[in-house]
Amino acid sequence: MPDTAVVDPAGVDVGVDVAGINVNERDEARRPRWLWPTLAAPGTVWMVIFFAVPFYGVMAIAGGRDNLLFARRDPIWNPLQWHTDTLSSVWQGIVNGEFGQPFLRTFEYVIAALAICFVIGYPVAYYVARYGGKRRGLLLGLLLAPFWISYLMRMLAWVNLLQDDGYVNDALRHLHIVGHPVDWLDGRPYTVVLGLVYGYVPFLILPLYAALDRIDVRLLEASRDLGVSPWRTFVHVTLPLSRQGILAGAAITALPMFGDYYTNTLLSASPRTNMIGNQIQQAVTESSTRGIGASLVIVLTVLLTVLMAYYLYSSNQAAKEVR
Amino acid sequence: MTQTAPRRSLLAWWRNPWRKPHFLAAITWAYLLWALVPVLIAIQFSFNKGKSRSTWQGFSWRWYWGDPNLSVWHDATLHRAMLNSLWLAGMTMLVCAPLGVALALGLTRWRGYGQRPANLLMLLPLVTPEIVMGSCLFLFFTTMFRSIHLGRWAQLVGQITYNLSTVVIVVRGRLLTIGRDYEDAAQDLGASPAQALRTVILPLLGPAIFASLMVVFATAIDDFVISQFLSADAGSETVPMKIYNTLRATATPAVNALATVMLLFTLTAILLAVFVPRLLRRGTGGSSAVADFANLDV
Repeated sequence: MPDTAVVDPAGVDVGVDVAGINVNERDEARRPRWLWPTLAAPGTVWMVIFFAVPFYGVMAIAGGRDNLLFARRDPIWNPLQWHTDTLSSVWQGIVNGEFGQPFLRTFEYVIAALAICFVIGYPVAYYVARYGGKRRGLLLGLLLAPFWISYLMRMLAWVNLLQDDGYVNDALRHLHIVGHPVDWLDGRPYTVVLGLVYGYVPFLILPLYAALDRIDVRLLEASRDLGVSPWRTFVHVTLPLSRQGILAGAAITALPMFGDYYTNTLLSASPRTNMIGNQIQQAVTESSTRGIGASLVIVLTVLLTVLMAYYLYSSNQAAKEVR
Repeated sequence: MTQTAPRRSLLAWWRNPWRKPHFLAAITWAYLLWALVPVLIAIQFSFNKGKSRSTWQGFSWRWYWGDPNLSVWHDATLHRAMLNSLWLAGMTMLVCAPLGVALALGLTRWRGYGQRPANLLMLLPLVTPEIVMGSCLFLFFTTMFRSIHLGRWAQLVGQITYNLSTVVIVVRGRLLTIGRDYEDAAQDLGASPAQALRTVILPLLGPAIFASLMVVFATAIDDFVISQFLSADAGSETVPMKIYNTLRATATPAVNALATVMLLFTLTAILLAVFVPRLLRRGTGGSSAVADFANLDV
């Protein structure tokens, strides 16, 4: 990040009296108030129409009524008239019913995948931030590469490798680890979890790298000079200083994982590994279950609000620090 | 230091805080191999002579144009998916450019009521899971706002909504490093606010705008969830959807070939995003816009 911002980025001009003219006042006069709101208007209107209104619409559909005549769901726009029966039946389904299993499974998969992501991602981010040296540019380029390879292509790569006659089974049989090919793609939870790790670990490494890169090396040297072992330096200095990166990285990695439905469709294609995302995708696109789908979307969003809010808050804090 | 016993020297080696981090280096390179080699193998199979996507049968261009029915060049569904993806990404870029740059300028400079809610609204798509956005827009277009039908125009609206924040974040990052000095100088010399904007700020923002658009292009071309939710039929099938729909069924290496061609488009966009601003801004230093993008997560 550039650290050369000379002008107070908050845009607060400090009024200085030059020959009796307040510079601040003069600035205000020549920057008409309407210019900036006018520039912001089209984009803001766009976001209101295509982001805020659709989200309100989902609530209107969840609180709406099934129209039996046309086999569709009619939204109700007045929040005072919303029916809560669909939402509460969906909630019952989550607590002790058909949605319970997929919800629990989603949490298990996401937590397992996140843990593996940290085991892989932290050492990598640490190495590139501390010891990247001359190769840092190359390493960063390679770390960024997965972002620009389509997620679906990366999954396609693994589906090919994990086929019965794919390279993975070939290698395992060659080394006599397994006698006959393993059906990796046949509804196995660990294949799905590893798929999630493969898909999302780059999202974790970048914020971790940014946080570790900001740590002042002199602090680590001071700790070493005071006779602290490398391990305790790591636990007592590096780890606490990278806390913000850890939490922000966990949030930005977990958010898409919670909404994932394609990874497990491609890598297992079995209802045994269905996640919340699969339930939402099926319910929303089926016209007779849209009320249920909309309610599931609301439940998921409410569950994730904490993560979303934390991420926005922490990136805001980080931006302020950099400035 | 004279340490004769091998065990002690091993311990000393372990405790030496200045020893080379071989272990970390090994993990890092192993990770990078694991992350990238599968994709290289998928590219390799796009050149397979036979129909298998998992057993190598020799090199050929069959799946690119050799096969008269099933190759990317000859199979209408494959190149239609490619054209759909390119159209979607290109149009998204064209609409996001003016909308996003204006929004970035407005949100950065505007002090007053409404600035904070507008800013929050702009940031929300960054943290909203795609499935939530996809479902919301799907229900919006199917039950509320029926004048846009599902299909390419709905997909376009979805991609613009999803990608607008990227342009704003990258452009705003550059705007904050430029500061207000140049603009003030221009106005001291008699330029009107609009003139200062057009002749001073916009040219300075050029590299960042260009880079953000390349990032938008690469994101939109690869996006799956929103495009899938808002698609109508085979006519609005994009490349990621094509991969998704055929992968576990009847896919041939032609799908690998299609994915490889799209990867070339994406990588071209990203390389342009990295190097063009660097050429334009030679000598003035500053971080590249892709680095700004990488720091989105800060």
